[in-house]
Amino acid sequence: MSPEPPLLVVEGLVKRFGGFRALDGVTFHLAPGEVLGLVGPNGSGKTTCINVISGLYPPDGGRVTYQGRAIGGIASHALARRGINRTFQSPKPFLSLSVRENVTVAATYGNAGPAPDLDALLASLELDTLADRPAGELNSAQQKTLDLARALATGPRVLLVDELAAGLNPAELGRMADRLRALAGAGMALLVVEHLMGFIDKVTDRVVVMNAGREFFEGTLATAIKDPEVIRVFLGGAPHD
Amino acid sequence: MRKRTLLPDLALPALVLIAFAIGPYVYSNELMLFNFVMFLALAQGLNIVYGFTGYLPFGYVGFYGAGAYGFALAVMHLHAPPLVALAAGGAAALVLAVVLLPLLRLSGAYFAIASLAAAQAVYEVVSNPALENVTKGPYGVSLSAVFAPRFSYDVGLGVLAFAFLLVVWLRNSRFGLALQAIRDDPVSAGMAGVSVVRGRTIAWLLSALVAGLVGATFAWHISVFYPDTAFDLGVSIFATVFVLFGGATTLTGPLLGVLILYGVYNAIGITVPQYFQFIYGALIVGLVLFLPNGLVSLLTTRGIRVP
Ligand SMILES: Nc1ncnc2c1ncn2[C@@H]1O[C@H](COP(=O)(O)OP(=O)(O)OP(=O)(O)O)[C@@H](O)[C@H]1O
Ligand SMILES: [Mg+2]
Repeated sequence: MSPEPPLLVVEGLVKRFGGFRALDGVTFHLAPGEVLGLVGPNGSGKTTCINVISGLYPPDGGRVTYQGRAIGGIASHALARRGINRTFQSPKPFLSLSVRENVTVAATYGNAGPAPDLDALLASLELDTLADRPAGELNSAQQKTLDLARALATGPRVLLVDELAAGLNPAELGRMADRLRALAGAGMALLVVEHLMGFIDKVTDRVVVMNAGREFFEGTLATAIKDPEVIRVFLGGAPHD
Repeated sequence: MRKRTLLPDLALPALVLIAFAIGPYVYSNELMLFNFVMFLALAQGLNIVYGFTGYLPFGYVGFYGAGAYGFALAVMHLHAPPLVALAAGGAAALVLAVVLLPLLRLSGAYFAIASLAAAQAVYEVVSNPALENVTKGPYGVSLSAVFAPRFSYDVGLGVLAFAFLLVVWLRNSRFGLALQAIRDDPVSAGMAGVSVVRGRTIAWLLSALVAGLVGATFAWHISVFYPDTAFDLGVSIFATVFVLFGGATTLTGPLLGVLILYGVYNAIGITVPQYFQFIYGALIVGLVLFLPNGLVSLLTTRGIRVP
C-alpha cells in the first residue's frame, strides 16, 4: 500500500526470559507515513516487542533493521537520538519533575535536530495548562499523554505506542486518534499496540496479529476479523495469562 | 534556563561563606567553625550523589578518608606543598570512586551496604600495621611541617564554595535535570536520550571529589590524625542525617540540616550528651514520620521553589 521502502524491519525476532520465549520469531516491517497496529491477546509479546526495538533489552535472536542498519542491542538513549521513541503501557514520567521539565529533558538530550517548540507541543496534547505541575500529580491518562509528549519532543521517525488509549474518554479517544493520524500524515512511522479495536480501526493502515510471541496474520483489520485463525485466537483456545 | 532565579541560588551560599569567613574574627572556637565548614561541604557533596541520583552511599566517609590520606602521603613522601597535596587528596578520592564504579549497578540498600564495606576495606588497608612505612598504619600521621590553621581554614571555605557552586549548577542546568530524570525513572531517561551510565558516573565522581577535598583540608587543618578519625563512620552518619533532615536535591536543605542539627550537637551534644541523643533521636524520628522529604518539603510541596 505504501510505495516507500520500509524504515523499520523486524525479522525473526526472539526474546527469552529464562526458558520462556516471549518473542519467538516475530517478523514485520513499517514504512514512513504508515500506522501499523500490533494486536494480540494478553501476554502475546506486544510490549516485549516494543521493548526490544526501543533498546530496553537486547534481542536473543533475529534482527531489527532501522534505516537499513542493524540496531539490535543498541542502548535506548542512542536509539532515541537516532529517531526511535515510544510510550509505556504503564506510564513512566519523571514524577518529581514538572510536565515542562519532562519534555525539556527529552528535547535537550534525545533530539538530534533543531530545538522543538515545547509550548506548542504541550498545547497540541492539551498538557499546556498542566505545564508547571509535577508529573506525579497527573492522572494516569494524562501521564500517558505526557509519555507521548516526551517521545515527540525527541523528534522521532519511528514511534512505538503501547496502549495509549486505555483510560481516555470517547472524545479524548477521537482526538488522540486524529493526532496519531496527523503524525503519520507528516511522515512518521507508527506502531500502535492497542486492545480497543475501534481505536485500531480508526488509526491503522494495516495490522499484525500476534500470538505466543510470533505474528500469524498481516493485513487490514477488516480482513483480520474475518480470518478463522484470528477468531480462534481471540475467542477461544488461546493461551491467556 | 530559569536565569531569573539564579540570584537567590547564589546569594544564599555567598551569605554563608561570608559569615564563616568573618567567623574566626568574632568567635574563638575555630575548630568548631572549621567542622561546620567541613560538614556544610560534605553535606552538599553527598547531596550531589543522593539528591540527584538517588544513590545513598553509607560509606561516603571512604572518600573523605582517601582524601585525608592522599594529602598526608603527598606531604610525607613527596614533600608536596599543601595545595598540591590537596589536589592529591582530591585525586585519591577520584581514583577510589573510579574503582568503585561497579557499585552503581547495585541499588537501594545493597548499594548503601556495599559502599560501607568498601570504605571499611580502605580503612583496613590504611590502618594495617604492615604498611607502617607508607601510611604509618594505626599509629596515625603527623603533618606538623605544613600546619597552617588559618590558611587551611580559608582553603576549606574555598572547597565549600566549590561544593555550593556544583549544586547551584545542578539545580539550574539541563544536566541536573537529566540526573533527576535518571533518579525518577532510568528507563524513561534512556528513552529521553539521556545516557544513564554517563550521568550517574559524573555525579558519583563529583560527589567523591568534594569529599576527597574536604578530607584533605581536614588532614591539613588538624595535621595530626589517625585512621579511625579519617574513616570515622560518624562522618557518614552525620552527613547523611543532615542531608535527609534538611531535604536533598536543594541547596537549602543540606545547608539547613547542618546549621540546625550540627548547631544542636555543638550546643548540647558535647556538654550533656544524654539530652542531646534524646533530642536528636526525637528530631529524626519526627522528621521521618512527618516530613520524609526534609524540612524544605514544607515549602516545596506548596509549590514554592527554594534555592
Ligand atoms: N521482564 C520480563 N521478565 C520475565 N517475563 C517477562 C518479562 N516481560 C514480559 N514477560 C513475559 O513475556 C510475555 C509477553 O509479555 P508482554 O508484556 O510482551 O505481553 P503483551 O502482549 O504486551 O501483553 P498485554 O496485552 O497484557 O500488555 C508474558 O508472558 C510476560 O509475563
Ligand atoms: Mg503489553
